[in-house]
Amino acid sequence: MSDRRPTSSDWAGVRLHIVSGKGGTGKTTVAAALAMALATEGSRVLLVEVEARQGISQTFDVPQLGEEERRVARGLHGGEVVGLSVDAKAALMEYLQMFYKLGRAGGMLERFGVVDFATTIAPGVRDVLLIGKVYEAVGRREGKRRGGDRTYDAVVLDAPPTGRIGRFLNVNHEVAGLAKVGPVRQQADSITRLLQSPQTVVHLVTLLEEMPVQETIDAAAELERIGMRVGAIIVNQERQPLLSPQAVATLREDPDGTTLLEKDLGSAGLRVGPVLTGGLVQTGLDLGDRLELEAQERAEIARLERPTYHLPLLRDGLDAGGLRELADALAGQGICANQDESEGTAG
Amino acid sequence: MTAVTHEVDVLDVDTLIESSATRTIVCCGSGGVGKTTTAAAVAVRAAEAGRTVAVLTIDPARRLAQALGLEEMGNEPVPVPTVDRSAGGSLDAMMLDMKRTFDEVVLNHAAPDKAQQILANPFYQAVSSSFAGTQEYMAMERLGQLMAERVDGRPRWDLIVVDTPPSRSALDFLDAPKRLGSFLDGRFIRLLTAPAKVGGRAYLKVVSVGVGAVSGAMAKVLGAQFLADVQTFVAALDTMFGGFRERAEQTFALLQNPGTAFLVVATPERDALREASYFVDRLAEEGMPLAGLVVNRVQMTYVPSLSAARAVAAAESLDDEPSRSGWSPADSAALLRLHADIAEQSVRHAAAVGRFTASHPDIAQVQVPSAAHDVNDVEELRQIGESLTGA
Ligand SMILES: Nc1ncnc2c1ncn2[C@@H]1O[C@H](COP(=O)(O)OP(=O)(O)OP(=O)(O)O)[C@@H](O)[C@H]1O
Ligand SMILES: Nc1ncnc2c1ncn2[C@@H]1O[C@H](COP(=O)(O)OP(=O)(O)OP(=O)(O)O)[C@@H](O)[C@H]1O
Ligand SMILES: [Mg+2]
Ligand SMILES: [Mg+2]
Repeated sequence: MSDRRPTSSDWAGVRLHIVSGKGGTGKTTVAAALAMALATEGSRVLLVEVEARQGISQTFDVPQLGEEERRVARGLHGGEVVGLSVDAKAALMEYLQMFYKLGRAGGMLERFGVVDFATTIAPGVRDVLLIGKVYEAVGRREGKRRGGDRTYDAVVLDAPPTGRIGRFLNVNHEVAGLAKVGPVRQQADSITRLLQSPQTVVHLVTLLEEMPVQETIDAAAELERIGMRVGAIIVNQERQPLLSPQAVATLREDPDGTTLLEKDLGSAGLRVGPVLTGGLVQTGLDLGDRLELEAQERAEIARLERPTYHLPLLRDGLDAGGLRELADALAGQGICANQDESEGTAG
Repeated sequence: MTAVTHEVDVLDVDTLIESSATRTIVCCGSGGVGKTTTAAAVAVRAAEAGRTVAVLTIDPARRLAQALGLEEMGNEPVPVPTVDRSAGGSLDAMMLDMKRTFDEVVLNHAAPDKAQQILANPFYQAVSSSFAGTQEYMAMERLGQLMAERVDGRPRWDLIVVDTPPSRSALDFLDAPKRLGSFLDGRFIRLLTAPAKVGGRAYLKVVSVGVGAVSGAMAKVLGAQFLADVQTFVAALDTMFGGFRERAEQTFALLQNPGTAFLVVATPERDALREASYFVDRLAEEGMPLAGLVVNRVQMTYVPSLSAARAVAAAESLDDEPSRSGWSPADSAALLRLHADIAEQSVRHAAAVGRFTASHPDIAQVQVPSAAHDVNDVEELRQIGESLTGA
């Protein structure tokens, strides 16, 4: 079974790209590359992180991000990528000011540990605040009037890992135990409308390993259950197999038939002996084992029937050039086609 | 296989296993480095060496769980049938169920009617199943329970191996329980519950203006019912065991016991080793007994004498050879390039480990080779166990 190839219209109309995946698979890296790929000619893309880990500033190698939105990179084709690190406390204060004009009471809340309380332990409140900020950015327009141009053509969210993504996005359910009416509740309702609309997709990043793939499958099911659309599967850190399938098969059939290999090694000027030949053969056999396991994981991914993108493992780690290379790969596989038609009607 | 070796003490897990003074082995490290795998491997090896072992795993990969006979999520230990019991030992395995563990704490400490009230409280439900730190807290709690289990007046297990929750930072295992504890004992929560207590009145007088405004604002945002739930919850817990923080500190103290041995697990990469060195330093500060560092998934090469550069040069010289049917020079060149790739990786790993060694020369360490595939059965765990002796 081979995986579903992306088509140029997969993400037409999408304005909010949420990126999740098992911890450490490359969510932050992929979100950054995606934002660069989406930042085509003249467009502005907002890249948001919500875990206060400064992943964006580290990835782009720029000074730390605060509450202000700041340009962190040029897009692949002349657009710009703006970074934002949302902080739950700041979002709560902003929110309280907006709805209650609290003034001095704001400071009091902080002193009594209420802000801590609301942003860390009150179930769901923290998530509503964080996504609330993302929601606001997706709908924001230049100038005060409703008809103004959109501030951002697309928003990319570097989201929590698969283990927490369902709970994080299921804001409505999260605040169910809270006020039945009132601003938090209303906010949650509008957020849910955006998240469940065709303007939002959740992309899942995985490696070709058992646990990340399993978590991807579980997350896809959970997201669908809560009414969200799974976007792309992005297979990250793929290694090019150096050895052809035929060569692997030959080694497996007859691991001791090394005459031709020894002849080649000799003519390449190496001192041929059992350690060298046996070692190289074993190296090839190990690769064969790994490729077989990877094939199993690929088949699992294909069963999800989602557009699948492939990103190479960069040998020299991630510098600015590496990030562009990944953005290029995403663009080349069609992730940002029809970007210009994507202007929809946001809530 | 051979790895580049360093002049450091070898961590031999057999020394730990063979000493009856070792009662608890805790496997820590940052996310995804192999804590669960290491815990399972150590437990299997100890059981097959004759010890009566329990292993507490947290979120094991599905296939590993199956290998341990843990098809169903189980907070209770079940015997692992595939271990060899001929040396007189045995292995019971279990997975941490944090909600169940939390529920049991409540059931064991509160009067029956009160317990039901707490279990039904929405605030309790949120905290017990999702709050950051709950898993760490409950892992410690469960460990405490297991240590206390007795059969005929003697401890049920003579060795307990514990895995730690997947978290970004290894330190979370030590810090999260206290953080959760202080939080639940925190100022705002105290304020909310203060009126319910004796002596609360005077206190309330002084701060009442503030409390009024604060609670008012909170009630507006969160709803009055929610605040009421929090109040009931905290008051109930209070009467149960006088504070979460205290309890967290008690379990923490268990870990300072000389019968405990910490194994810090890391992969041979910069980030994981940096986490490991923070953790090692922290254990020293807390007076916790560190056994050593397990460097897991180290890239080994079958032909250590052939450098990457030499292999690439040899491959290039084969590129011009005419192709043959069957095994062709291009295939030989591909094998050489494959080896070069691995050799390079293994040099990078050795360098990363070398940096750790330079800054922590007295920490014993052992290297576990990266297996060609995931570790899914008891035989593979045995192999890892063998590597953990440094042999
Ligand atoms: N394609 C790639 N090639 C090489 N290195 C990569 C690639 N993708 C990610 N990495 C590296 O892998 C590591 C983890 O990536 P990243 O931080 O993006 O993952 P994450 O999923 O955001 O992790 P976390 O769960 O901790 O947030 C980083 O060191 C990153 O530079
Ligand atoms: N020596 C090894 N060789 C090959 N694969 C390994 C090795 N050790 C562990 N693995 C694999 O690496 C993955 C992660 O291992 P494991 O689950 O033990 O890590 P962990 O530290 O417990 O992760 P988490 O932080 O998510 O709990 C598993 O798929 C496991 O099979
Ligand atoms: Mg990240
Ligand atoms: Mg684990």
